[in-house]
Amino acid sequence: MTDINWSPTAGPEALRQRADMLSRLRAFFRARGVLEVETPLLSHHGTTEPAIESYRTQDGLWLHTSPEFAMKRLLAAGSGAIYQVCKVFRREELGRRHNGEFTLLEWYRPGWGDVELMAEVEALLRELLDDRMQMGEGLRLSYEDAFFRYLDLDPLQAPVKRLARAAAEHGIHIEMSVHEAQRDAWLELLMSQVIEPSLPPHTPVFITRFPASQASLARLDEADSRYAHRFELFFGGMELANGFFELTDPVEQARRFEQERRQRASTGQVDVPADANLLAALSHGLPDCSGVAMGVDRVLMLALGARDIREVIAFPMDRA
Amino acid sequence: MATYSTNEFKRGLKVMLDGDPCSIIENEFVKPGKGQAFNRVKIRNLKTGRVIERTYKSGEKLDAADVTDVEMQYLYNDGEAWHFMDPNSFEQVAADEAAVSDAKLWIKEQDVCEVTLWNGVPISVNPPNHAILAVTETDPGVRGDTATGATKPATLETGAVVQVPLFIEIGDLLKVDARSGEYISRAKE
Repeated sequence: MTDINWSPTAGPEALRQRADMLSRLRAFFRARGVLEVETPLLSHHGTTEPAIESYRTQDGLWLHTSPEFAMKRLLAAGSGAIYQVCKVFRREELGRRHNGEFTLLEWYRPGWGDVELMAEVEALLRELLDDRMQMGEGLRLSYEDAFFRYLDLDPLQAPVKRLARAAAEHGIHIEMSVHEAQRDAWLELLMSQVIEPSLPPHTPVFITRFPASQASLARLDEADSRYAHRFELFFGGMELANGFFELTDPVEQARRFEQERRQRASTGQVDVPADANLLAALSHGLPDCSGVAMGVDRVLMLALGARDIREVIAFPMDRA
Repeated sequence: MATYSTNEFKRGLKVMLDGDPCSIIENEFVKPGKGQAFNRVKIRNLKTGRVIERTYKSGEKLDAADVTDVEMQYLYNDGEAWHFMDPNSFEQVAADEAAVSDAKLWIKEQDVCEVTLWNGVPISVNPPNHAILAVTETDPGVRGDTATGATKPATLETGAVVQVPLFIEIGDLLKVDARSGEYISRAKE
């Protein structure tokens, strides 16, 4: 089914800018004393996250979807601040802003909270894009405030039917259950389809304090456990980064893995065993730290004014 | 019945929606990094031509529509239906007025059209891009006036009315753009 098409989809300028961006970000971290590391792309463990599907090899190994678990094992072993630029792999993700294989920049700051890390994310974004596009002062907006501001809705309190009505009012026609279990799906739909396009285009916006149900690997807010220390960066109409004040509690981490496995089982998705190495590292002791992952290809899209991720990747999935 | 999952969605794919055959004209994959993936799709109803927007949770499926585009020769109109023939199989089909729609203004017997069949029945007809048609009615021609760009209406043998230069006369053969309905030139033929 794959047509023969040997030529790259990214032009020479995109290749040059990619090389330039990689050297800039390496200089940024070198100047700040953050160590570059490499961890395996092929792992004995996959991710249990229900919204992310992994590739599996014939030998039963998994292509990683993020270097997060291995990097946390380094942190637990006392690495100090570390970063990594690597390819990650996610099945069934293909579109204008998605390629099944893409370049992720991930870094961790021991001793830092999410607020300090957001400042560093913004500083890096400036370093990479300041001379290429207009960029206002960064904005912090809580998940709850974003829903109030753009939809006049309380994301946790509003009945799911009300979320569905808001989607319809914004021209989104979808048949999806309005059962409470689907609340997060509706919130994600509204966030990506209504709020994200409404955010100011020339301002880096950090959406902070995600609902606990979308905590992923972030620790919950000590003062209000309905929310988690998770943030996402939106800029130029795209989601660019996702960060956490990291969960370090092995018991809670094991509980979340099991909950995700149950969720996968309920929808007939492939079962993925929890990463025992990560749990052991957490038991050994992960220092308090914050970490963030940034999509390098999307930042490149902004630098080049590209509309499609194919313009910045030499050989996207269909030509790989 | 064959089905297509959202990850097979692409431009040109023919699917069933609300009982009508449709063609996907735009498919946008939307996914928060750690959240539910959606496909936002623009779909043209092939019977009405209307474009609608729908959003699907990724992984959902739509039934395939048995729709094919076939090059067919226009044979004749019996007053109710327009008859076309597949020049390879010699099979004939009859298209009703809704299916032929505006194409009837631009086709002459023997013309080869693209006919869209749904379960073997014509639902739309695409005329050739250029039609060669004779003028049946227009004001008398004005010789020599080719520079002013002035135009007048002319009725063609199919009933179509196009704006033509003043020198055009009844009986002239014209080359017309069937997509825009615009006069291109006089034709020899």
